[in-house]
Amino acid sequence: MRVFVSATILSFILWLLLTFNGSLWQADEILAGIVFSILAGLITAKINIKEHKNLSLTRWLMFIAYFPRFFYEMAKANFDVAYRVITGKIKPGIVKISPGLKNNLSVTLLANSITLTPGTLTVEVDEDKNLYVHWINVRDDFFQEHEEKCRCKYVCSTFPDWARRIGE
Amino acid sequence: MIWWIIYVCLGIGIVFNLLASLGLLRFPDVYTRLHAGTKCTTFGSIFIATAVMVYGLYEWWKGNDAMISMTVHSFLALLAILITNPTGAHAIARAAYRSGVKPAGAVVDELGGEKDD
Repeated sequence: MRVFVSATILSFILWLLLTFNGSLWQADEILAGIVFSILAGLITAKINIKEHKNLSLTRWLMFIAYFPRFFYEMAKANFDVAYRVITGKIKPGIVKISPGLKNNLSVTLLANSITLTPGTLTVEVDEDKNLYVHWINVRDDFFQEHEEKCRCKYVCSTFPDWARRIGE
Repeated sequence: MIWWIIYVCLGIGIVFNLLASLGLLRFPDVYTRLHAGTKCTTFGSIFIATAVMVYGLYEWWKGNDAMISMTVHSFLALLAILITNPTGAHAIARAAYRSGVKPAGAVVDELGGEKDD
């Protein structure tokens, strides 16, 4: 029921945004939108989400505050990858990081952030929520760091803290 | 002035998309090619979509009401790219690893023993 309601509302909002053309919507547009959103909701209602999270304003604000920080990291790393494309200097490898996150939402957020940041690519997640990351240029000081928690900061800077704040 | 913003955004976007296609040709194996193909494309797409959004807003501000839909549509397309791109890259990399493709020239592979579960 919960999935049905949220999917219907979300697809109706999406419909409204996609059919908006500068003036208000016609009645038939809205009617068709309601019909199709209920259809989409019925199809997705069977999906079973185990960990429900209540809607929280601080979490959304945190998510929005995360964007500039993330965009900065992404821009910085993009120039790095561009440099490697031109020169061909790569040193690839798959490394394991243990960010110590607990639920699926924060792990998904962290894995997607890592993958969107150039130079790192999440390959696998195991049961203990450790991430296996393909890294295009493995830095030497990564191996000198023996503390498991500190290893994260070479791969994904402060993303685990943000993921913890938003998702948990 | 507004045209310069649009031109600069388009220029950055096209340069990064060009670098992405160059990387697809240059890099040795599937993982490194995924890096080039997905990452630079995202950054390029962000700037191209920004250029379109700025142009739509500008036309809307001049009084052409229908142009706002262009801004909204390219923003939604950008969101869709930002969600589906890492998911797709993750799926391809995982499938490649599971079917036995080793990363070429890897200095370290800590996923080694995890494959057969």
